[in-house]
Formats: sequence, structure tokens, C-alpha cells
Amino acid sequence: MVNAAEFEPWSDPDAVPLIRFQNVTKRFGEFTAIDDLTIDIYEQEFFALLGPSGCGKTTLMRMLAGFEAPTSGTITLGGEDMANRPANKRPVNMMFQSYALFPHLTVRDNIAFGLKREGRDAAFIAARVDEMLKLTRLERFGARKPHQISGGQRQRVALARSLAKAPKLLLLDEPLGALDKKLRQDTQFELMEIQETTGTTFVIVTHDQEEAMTVASRVAVMNEGRIEQVDTPDRIYELPNSTYVADFIGEINLFPGTARRTDPPAPPDGTAPAAAKSESQPPANEAAGWLVSRLSPIFGEGADGKSGAPDGPALLPRPDGLEIDWAEGADPIVVSNATEGLDGGAVTFAIRPEKIAVSADRPDLPNAFQGKVIDIAYLGNVSTYHVELPTGQIVKAQTANTRRISARAFTWDDTVWIGWTDTAGVVLLR
Amino acid sequence: MRRLLIAIPYLWLLALFLVPFLIVLKISLSDTALAIPPYTPTIDLSEGWASFRAFLTGLDFENFVWLTEDDLYWKAYLSSLWIAASSTAITLVVGYPIAYAMARSPDEWRATLLMLVILPFWTSFLIRVYAWMGILAQEGLLNQLLLWTGIISEPLTILNTNTAVYIGIVYTYLPFMILPIYAALERMDDSLIEAATDLGCSRMSAFWLVTIPLSKNGIIAGCFLVFIPVIGEFVIPSLLGGSGTLMIGKVLWEEFFNNRDWPVASAVAVILLLILIVPIILFQRNEQRAREMDE
Repeated sequence: MVNAAEFEPWSDPDAVPLIRFQNVTKRFGEFTAIDDLTIDIYEQEFFALLGPSGCGKTTLMRMLAGFEAPTSGTITLGGEDMANRPANKRPVNMMFQSYALFPHLTVRDNIAFGLKREGRDAAFIAARVDEMLKLTRLERFGARKPHQISGGQRQRVALARSLAKAPKLLLLDEPLGALDKKLRQDTQFELMEIQETTGTTFVIVTHDQEEAMTVASRVAVMNEGRIEQVDTPDRIYELPNSTYVADFIGEINLFPGTARRTDPPAPPDGTAPAAAKSESQPPANEAAGWLVSRLSPIFGEGADGKSGAPDGPALLPRPDGLEIDWAEGADPIVVSNATEGLDGGAVTFAIRPEKIAVSADRPDLPNAFQGKVIDIAYLGNVSTYHVELPTGQIVKAQTANTRRISARAFTWDDTVWIGWTDTAGVVLLR
Repeated sequence: MRRLLIAIPYLWLLALFLVPFLIVLKISLSDTALAIPPYTPTIDLSEGWASFRAFLTGLDFENFVWLTEDDLYWKAYLSSLWIAASSTAITLVVGYPIAYAMARSPDEWRATLLMLVILPFWTSFLIRVYAWMGILAQEGLLNQLLLWTGIISEPLTILNTNTAVYIGIVYTYLPFMILPIYAALERMDDSLIEAATDLGCSRMSAFWLVTIPLSKNGIIAGCFLVFIPVIGEFVIPSLLGGSGTLMIGKVLWEEFFNNRDWPVASAVAVILLLILIVPIILFQRNEQRAREMDE
């Protein structure tokens, strides 16, 4: 999924979306659950709606299923307005958070339930149910009742039941919420596999960002009835368009401050002083980044040198270099991947912990600050150092635990240097 | 100590159920007599073994034979079963929608609605049945209302007919139907109905295919809770029913107090008990199955 080059209908202007929300608003009394929302979802997508509880993601899904009607706006599915289509007449099936398996029916009868309502003949139903049982590896449990099988098996029955009618669109409401972590991870890959085999469009609602990032082709981050950002998982992570998205997905350090332009625009082939500070990368690759994001487009290049940049046109004018004054008495943060026109504006500099290097000596990086280790969170594969700067700001820096913990270079109260390149973070306007 | 605790309910059953039953059984095997108590033989243990043997030979089944000879009795049994069965059906038809509406009502209303269902129990059952006499009588509230609104021109005769008996039974036993059905429906997950709709059910077919099967145990429990006591019901048919109302509870009462024929009355009671054992066992089985389903 990360390699999105093969499948990205959303960047094809001729592609016709399967689902189209146009200016959809949903109010429950005084409460606005969905606020003037417009979004397109394409066929065969694995689309994730991600957000905290109460952000409207479940309402959005229930409107797709037909359990709620929008207060205003239109929802079209396959070109057809869904306004007057009741839930039982939509080519949409849903997998419920509680699974909603019928306790009085066997696994087989649960899966066959929708097919029987379609009035299919017995032979067809039997064959289809067998196919579904095989797909979800439940062959041995067909005759059991839901209360006689495990939670993971129930989850697969729910999936099989919702897929049995071969819907155009499958809705999954927190499908893995009730499973333990290990089983959840296995099931995520199973879900992706089933999505690919069946070619069904999946829309998944989740509050678990890891789950959304793992399974989805695109993620919509929602907040208070609005969509903050819709993008592929890697861009959501690397190029958040707001502090909300940056803060919601993963861990991030935020430095509110004021932007100050430092260098004149660089000649296309030359080496601007700002670029000179980051010696490692070809300017073209880096410069492409500023086009990508809608707002203050940035392209994050990690301290590890891994680039998340898509292939863009090779020669673009290099954006301005910026210095961000974020605290009195502290060196400004040097940024070379911001857009033009930010001079003098209030911005927030955001940088992921794993893009910050920790060292004992002053690192040879454009941004270097000295601080004191006040806390170390040991997570097994990585450790997060909480470093307090003289300004009082606490910065999280993450390093891979390549050595045994007994050989750890730093410990509590050690004075260390943290540093990052001029392209490691993003500059956010809101 | 533990044994004693376990023994208490058994002692209770022995003293208050088995011993009285054995006394009734014994009386049913006796003959009627102009004496106090009005039957013979009675045990006189002071006379020793010989008198006990005389006592045993004095017992016979002729009262039970009598029950088969006079068609009043088997007709009364059948009529009781019929009235119990049909009033159970009416109570179900009336009670299910009420239970359904209660289970679907907003959370904050439910406690109040439940209270309203239970509230009549706080008044004496007898007084409530007398109140129905006032409502259903020739000059009663119902007829006055219907005459006043002009729906009828002649007062209806309801009191002292089987209709009044049905009204009384349905009214009295409705809570026993509503409560178990409500309990079953209230536990039901709303998303099951949504899932059924999502899979292509109309509202009606979702009701038949999901709601009804899932409230089945409540329906069965409610039906038995109405059916079993109604078979032996005595107060309602004797106060609201007329001469044409034939129910075994009434026959029993008349046999006992009007005819003072304790042995025949006891025989009627023994047979009634035997008839009731069947539905009681079925009811217990249903309850047990429901418990197993929950586990």
C-alpha cells in the first residue's frame, strides 16, 4: 500500500468515484455530528476514517449504510443518489463493531442470512456459504452457534456474513476493537488480503491510527465533524497539514514560533546557503516536496536519510529558507523546505522524535541544541529520550536500540545534544 | 451447619407442600360423612394396629370413579383448559406490543413504565376484580360511557358472561406476560436489527426473523406464567362469570363449601394438580434451557 504508484485513482482527474459525499451535514438536535463534508472514495480503495471518539466517523459510516439520513447534502454511490434508498436496498454491507451475529442461528445460517433474503436457490446459497467459510478459514465451525466459538472466530463470521452478498462496498465499524493486540495485527493483514482477493471497496472506521496506517490505501483524519486531511498513510505521517493531524498521528514535537526569511531564492542549479547546510540530498528531490502539501508544504527528510518524496518534476525553483524564532534566547530553527511567503507569519514547526538525533558532542547539523535527559521511555526496539532544553521545552527524541540496554550511551540527567537537518521537520500554518 | 441450611428449603417444602398434599390425597380416598370433619375414616392411633388396618380398608378410589361418571367434571376440566389457553393467547397478543414498546422506549422512561406495570399489585387483587364488576355491570361505567357517546343505544350485557371472565383474566395476568417478554427484549442488542436490515430484511421480516426468535424464551415463560394459574382460577370466574362459566376452580369451591363434599372436592384438586404438573415441568425445562443459552 505504501508504494502507491500503481493504485491511486484519487490523483487521476478522469477517475469516477464510487462514493461521493457532497456538502453533507448531519445534526442530532443541537449537536452537529458532520459539518459540511465533501469527500470522494474510489472503487477498490481501502479507505480509513480515523479520529477520536465523537468526531463523526461512525455517523459518516452509518449514513453510508442507510441507518442515518443526512440533514443536508447528497451522498451518491455508483452515481446514484442514496437519499431515498433504505438500508435494506443498498448494495452496501456492514460489519458491526459488536459483530451483531444472530445468536439463535448457526455460523452457516448467519452467513446465509443475507443470501436467503435475496431469494437465491438453496444450491447457490450452499456454494456461496462454503466459499465464505473457506475464505475466512471457518470450515470446521459451520454448525456451531456464535456463543460456541472464540472472539476471533466471531469476528471472521461477521466478516464472512457481510461479504456473502458480494456488496459493492463493505463498511467496517471498528472491526478489530475487541481482539487482543497480536490477533489484531494478524487480522489486519488478513483483512487486506481479503480486500485484495475480493476487490471490494472497504471503508473502515477506527480510532487506532496504527490500524488505519497498516490497512488503508488512504486515511481521512476527522475532527469534530470535519475532515482535516485525506491522504495516503505515508503522507499523513510525513506531511500533516495541520498541528491537529500532526499531533493525532504518532508522536511529534511542536515548536510554535515566528517565521523569518533568511535567504534569497536560490538559482535552480545553484547551492543556496540554506541548502548548503544539508549536504546530503539532491535539491531537486527535496524541492518537489513543497508542491505536494496543500498548505505549507514541506518534505520531511529524516535524520536516517530515508526519503518519503514522491517522484516529481526534476527542476523546480527552490523555496525560501526560513529561520523560526521559537523562544527567546534560543537559536532559531533552520528550515529549508518551507513555502514562500511565510516571512513574518506565525507558524508551528513540527518534527517527529525519530528524526531527531541524540549525541554526546555537538552534531554537525544545521539545528543543534543542548539539553538534559529527564526521562527515558524504553519500548524494547526503540527508546524515547525526553530532553529538556534550557528554554524549558521538552523534546522527544527516539533512537533505535541497536545496542543492549546495559551499553546505553546516555542515562538520566546526562547533558546531551539533539540535532536535526534543515529538512527533517514540517512548517505548519495552523 | 451447611446441611442444616440446605435442609431448610426441603423442610419448608415437606411441611407446607408435601404434607398438605398427602392430607388432601387421603381425604380424596375417604367417604363423605355427617361428622366433623365431614369424612370417614379418620385415623385413631390409640386403638393400635387393627384400627389402622380398618382405616386402610376404608380408603377407596370411588370418588375418582365418580369424577369420570358425572360429565360435569371432565367438562369443567376441559373448559378450564380452553379458557386458560385462549386467555393466554389474548394476553400474549396484548402484552407483546406493550413489552416491545417498553423495551424500545428511551432509557429514562423504562423504570417508570416498569413501575406502572407492577403498580396494580399494590392493591388487593380482590378489590381490583370488584372494580371490574363496577365497570362492566349493566349500569356500569363502560355502558354509561358507550351510551353517552351514542355508540350503543341499549346497555351491553358483559358482566356474568365469559367475556367478562376473559377481560378479568387478561387484566389480572398481563404483568406476568409483559415482564418476561420485556426482560428478553431489553437484553437484545439493537444492532441485530440493523444487521438484519443491512442484509436485506424489511422491518417486518427483521421482526419475524430476529426479534421474535430472540424473545422466544420470554414468550414461553410468560405463557406458562399465565396459563398455569388460570387453569385453577376461582375468584375471577365466580365474581365476573355467570352460570354458564364452567371452570374447575369454581366447581372445586362449590363442591367444598356448597355441597360440603370434602372427599370429592379433594379428588378434583388431586386431578387438577396432576394436570398442572405437565405444564409446570415444561416451564422448568424452558427456564433451564434459557439459562444454558446465556452461559
